[in-house]
Amino acid sequence: MNPAIMSGDEAIARGAWEAGCTVATAYPGTPSTEILENVAQYKEDIYSQWACNEKVAAEIAAGASIGGARVLCAMKHVGMNVAADPIFTMGYAGVNGGMVIVSADDPGCHSSQNEQDNRLYAPHAKLAMLEPADSQECKDYTIAAFELSEKYDVPVLLRVTTRVCHSKSLVELEKRDSVAVKQYERKPEKYAMLPGTARSRHVIRERLLEEMEEYSSACPYNYEEISNGAKIGVITSGISYQHSREVFGDSASYLKLGLTYPLPRKLIKNFAEKFDTLYVIEENEPYLENAVRQLGISCVGKQKLPICGELNAQIVRGALTEASIPETYKTDLAAPVRPPVLCAGCPHRGFFYTISKNSKKIVPVGDIGCYALGVAAPLNGFDFSICMGAGLSSIIGLSKALEQQGDSRKALGMVGDSTFFHSGINSLIDVVASEANVIACILDNSITAMTGHQENPGTAHNLMGLPSPQVNLVAMVKSLGLGEDRIRVVDPLDLDAMQKAMDDGIATEGPFVIITKRPCILIKEVARQNSGKHCKIDPEKCKSCKMCMKITCPSLAFVGGKATVADPANCTACGLCMQMCKFGAIEKVGV
Amino acid sequence: MTTSILLVGVGGQGTILISKILTAGLVKLGFDVKMSEIHGMSQRGGSVTTQIKYSDKVYAPNIGEGEADVIIAFEKAESLRALPFLKKGGTMILDEREIYPMPVLTGVAEYPHNAIDALKAACPNITVIKAAQTAEELGNIRAQNIVLLGALTKVLGLDGVDWKELVAEYVPPKAKELNLKAYDAGQALQAQKTNA
Repeated sequence: MNPAIMSGDEAIARGAWEAGCTVATAYPGTPSTEILENVAQYKEDIYSQWACNEKVAAEIAAGASIGGARVLCAMKHVGMNVAADPIFTMGYAGVNGGMVIVSADDPGCHSSQNEQDNRLYAPHAKLAMLEPADSQECKDYTIAAFELSEKYDVPVLLRVTTRVCHSKSLVELEKRDSVAVKQYERKPEKYAMLPGTARSRHVIRERLLEEMEEYSSACPYNYEEISNGAKIGVITSGISYQHSREVFGDSASYLKLGLTYPLPRKLIKNFAEKFDTLYVIEENEPYLENAVRQLGISCVGKQKLPICGELNAQIVRGALTEASIPETYKTDLAAPVRPPVLCAGCPHRGFFYTISKNSKKIVPVGDIGCYALGVAAPLNGFDFSICMGAGLSSIIGLSKALEQQGDSRKALGMVGDSTFFHSGINSLIDVVASEANVIACILDNSITAMTGHQENPGTAHNLMGLPSPQVNLVAMVKSLGLGEDRIRVVDPLDLDAMQKAMDDGIATEGPFVIITKRPCILIKEVARQNSGKHCKIDPEKCKSCKMCMKITCPSLAFVGGKATVADPANCTACGLCMQMCKFGAIEKVGV
Repeated sequence: MTTSILLVGVGGQGTILISKILTAGLVKLGFDVKMSEIHGMSQRGGSVTTQIKYSDKVYAPNIGEGEADVIIAFEKAESLRALPFLKKGGTMILDEREIYPMPVLTGVAEYPHNAIDALKAACPNITVIKAAQTAEELGNIRAQNIVLLGALTKVLGLDGVDWKELVAEYVPPKAKELNLKAYDAGQALQAQKTNA
């Protein structure tokens, strides 16, 4: 069969299928999202499901594994913090069917709030860990992860990074392994994790890790690549291996590590002894370097290579060689920055304009999703954001701190529909129970938008393309016990209704909820309805007041002293700019 | 020898689609290929970069400053941003299409309308292709990417694979005819530039 060209994410999905995996679950998060999206194409063989958050995903996976199925569970690096609780306990309990947890890390913070190095989770949670360096290895290591998980009775962390997930390279395809789902047996001494069980399971885990370390030094995933006469030895793993090869070629020998927990200490010692100069090349934390140093081996690593940011060949070359930086072309003319923006027609824009108009009366707090783009000037849509769900919980504490310093502004938090289902619901329970003096906003655009439109509990169909029950978000909020007078459901593109809801929220002492409801304009059905529609500005009527520019719509431009719809193809005729214009200069076309 | 190609543009311009077509063709030609794209927040109208490297064996998927043999820029300001990645002696093909970023729309920043003059003063191998205009004349500006693909395969001299068959395979069926014309137009435009 011809090799296929696949991204790391696609190859992991393919590997799960070839390995006979029958259950897969995840919460979307860049750069991990495409793993489950691609698993879904194997729906004849694999049951796949978006969980409402990573902890739920890991628990679905735990149940599937104990039940006897081979299960894959994928998340982005910060998602693993959410899922850490069940994952640590599964580290003690071990598995029945093989359990593979994919952590997709994001060195360089391409689309994340931090660049934490989740390799550190492996020793902490006592998981075995594999680190693929390209798409072929993504597939091979996924298959190996299932096998090792069952052989050593341990969940396996498959740790990848953005550059591995989103790079495409060649992959040899094989057939699916016909692995039967294992018999489920009641084993409370293994799986009912009470103190007595935990104490005995911990001892067993330490013993199994010792056994696995022996294997680690002899396995096919950790190996030397010796170049004749090379005086430099490089110890590396994952994408850093590719950068190392790019820089040193055959002028160095390599210890390429794929099974990076438990680390092959014997192999590392043997390799290190052969070289006067030993480099440890890795992204972010000195995970390998610390292990090498613990063996009493001196090496060069983070004293020369950065801890912060994504690595590339030039950074490695600059840090570890005398080679000059390649010559290039330069010009003094600079390109203006091009930050990502809310799309033309995005329903969040009406919400954020209302926030900006009321900035003296509220302190807005953001969260993770498309609406994070609302932070930019001139909308200045929020002051801080932390993690999924914090938009609705941090405002409880913020409201107390504001009150204690005599600041009369009301704390206002926001989450999207998917973030609400993820963990915002817990935050809102505490908002209601603590009678916090806050405005909690749920921006419901009927989809998990930022990661590329994944289904969530509020959508009418699921990942496998089947119709599914829609969790009623408004009914859910009402069920928490807030009176109708404290809940508003509004169309965010209706600026008068938005302002009225905001006025009521500011005037009401105690908890107040605003739910904005309008689907994302990129949803195919919505896009089809908007096709051909756009706004048009009459230059005769435009008085150049620039009020329409305040909503920062990418379809509008101010050219030659007049506002104009510069990009009608992208305009959806949402009408927000019309509401801004006092002179009636804007009209809808094609409606 | 590894050939490194950098494609730069703005979210929504179709850089990723032509990267997929190019990569598929390179695989058919028997090369080891790596293609790296960073997406996520960049889908929302931000700058988009795709990197393709091919050779007998490719290691790192990404391209550093001064390492690109060919840069294809879908937008004028993005061509300026990409210039430092061009290798000495490398070629840049750019479309003069202007898409204004938010700071320009709100009047906070100036758009570099004279970018092409600055690029030509800095670098000898700058080719301007009116890809967006050509695509619009053919019927849809969205075919801009395929015009540029036509120019790119001409520059790279990648014969031995039926590129038009690949284009037909990757574009939506109803846009097939338009895109095949767009590919031919791109080839012709680049041929004119090379002969000129």
